[in-house]
Amino acid sequence: MDRFGHHAGAMPLVRFTANLLRHCPVGEVQVSGSQLAAALSEAFVKYPLARDYVLDEQGHLRKHMSAFVDGVQILDRRTLTDPVRPDSTIDLIQALSGG
Amino acid sequence: MLLHVATRKGLFVYALDAAQPVLTGRHFLGDNVTLSLADPRSGRWYAALDHGHFGAKLKGSSDHGATWSDLPAPAYPKRPEGAPDEIGADGRPVPWSLKRIWALETGGPDQPGRLWCGTIPGGLFRSDDHGATWSLVDSLWNHPDRLKWFGGGADYPGIHSICVDPRDSRVVRVAVSCGGVWTTRDDGATWHNTAHGMFAEFMPPELRGDVNIQDAHRMVQCAGQPDRFWVQHHNGVFRSDDGATTWQHCPNVPPSGIGFGFAVAVHPRQGDTAWLIPGIKDERRIPVDGKVVVTRTQDGGKSWQILRDGLPQHDAYDLTFRHACDIAADGATLAFGSTTGAWWLSRDGGDHWLEVTAHLPPIHAVRLVG
Repeated sequence: MDRFGHHAGAMPLVRFTANLLRHCPVGEVQVSGSQLAAALSEAFVKYPLARDYVLDEQGHLRKHMSAFVDGVQILDRRTLTDPVRPDSTIDLIQALSGG
Repeated sequence: MLLHVATRKGLFVYALDAAQPVLTGRHFLGDNVTLSLADPRSGRWYAALDHGHFGAKLKGSSDHGATWSDLPAPAYPKRPEGAPDEIGADGRPVPWSLKRIWALETGGPDQPGRLWCGTIPGGLFRSDDHGATWSLVDSLWNHPDRLKWFGGGADYPGIHSICVDPRDSRVVRVAVSCGGVWTTRDDGATWHNTAHGMFAEFMPPELRGDVNIQDAHRMVQCAGQPDRFWVQHHNGVFRSDDGATTWQHCPNVPPSGIGFGFAVAVHPRQGDTAWLIPGIKDERRIPVDGKVVVTRTQDGGKSWQILRDGLPQHDAYDLTFRHACDIAADGATLAFGSTTGAWWLSRDGGDHWLEVTAHLPPIHAVRLVG
């Protein structure tokens, strides 16, 4: 993987915050799709319980979650249209909040 | 008898039978447990969690907390792609997304499996299968006056109190912060705002008596005299003698004279007897003079006694939230907890209090069980 997050694989890679493991099974998963929404949908096929932890009922990214594509925070938190390359890495992490 | 204590960092269960309560259960340590429910019909326990980052969740247990399983949290229906935002009374878009489970109650004994769930941002949900599935009560959510509601302490309005009438389970009243009191007499098919008589001095004069803006903090119903209700309101204390149809203000509630607070409890048989956990009003929200007290009326709010035996009387800044006070069916056992992580128990209607601990995480809710 280079410093932009691109990896050698031919499919986007989704990585979840390890903090989710307390609540539901998650792991790295290779997906297809050229937009974030499609990529995440595929990741949630493998880890269905994770969907409600990452997205709300409307499919929007939860307020205190952050999504990065190749190290850059996404712009469209509502409909998740940020582009994804075949060699992209998608990171889903917790935003910093609470106490 | 048990006490559930739902806190910012877990659900704690105490056995109350010995003179000194014993901590017997620690559940979801580290997680924000906002509410619990023990269903006396089925014996099942429920716990509402708010993970913050990961959203609000619901857990259930059929073995008194030995094991917990995931239940689906009530979910708002998916809005059509591109639908314009709903704009609430405060000009903010109202999200169709569960922010917090703020009320969880059982249906009547003739409705096995029925649960009611009130939420922020204002949706009421119903389950008829012990929480395995939930449906939004469309009749209330789609009522045009719902968009007149607005958030009080939270960003969005919420339903925090649900009273199922012991005479007829189809009659349900809910209280909303800020949105008044709503009543259905047909099991949720139709709803009417029944906050008549409440007022809000802090609002512009034109809206002072508007039923849709009333900030009920907590509403309770007397099981034995079901036409008697009490509401701890942002603007003081209100009593209803006609089944939550009209409301009378109770003035001069000590120690502040205003009657500011969040929690209220009513005696299960004597509707004239109620308890409050008062504080300095909204701009401070701490006990008057740093003294934690309970106020009790036994004459329907004409007069109030200040109860302080066993409660901290100097430099105590405990605040009791709306769900953090409960009374048992015996009418004598009361418990309340605070944001400072203390909780107190009385076995004699509040005359004497035992400080059980002052070291829990901030307490959201207490629930006496059994």
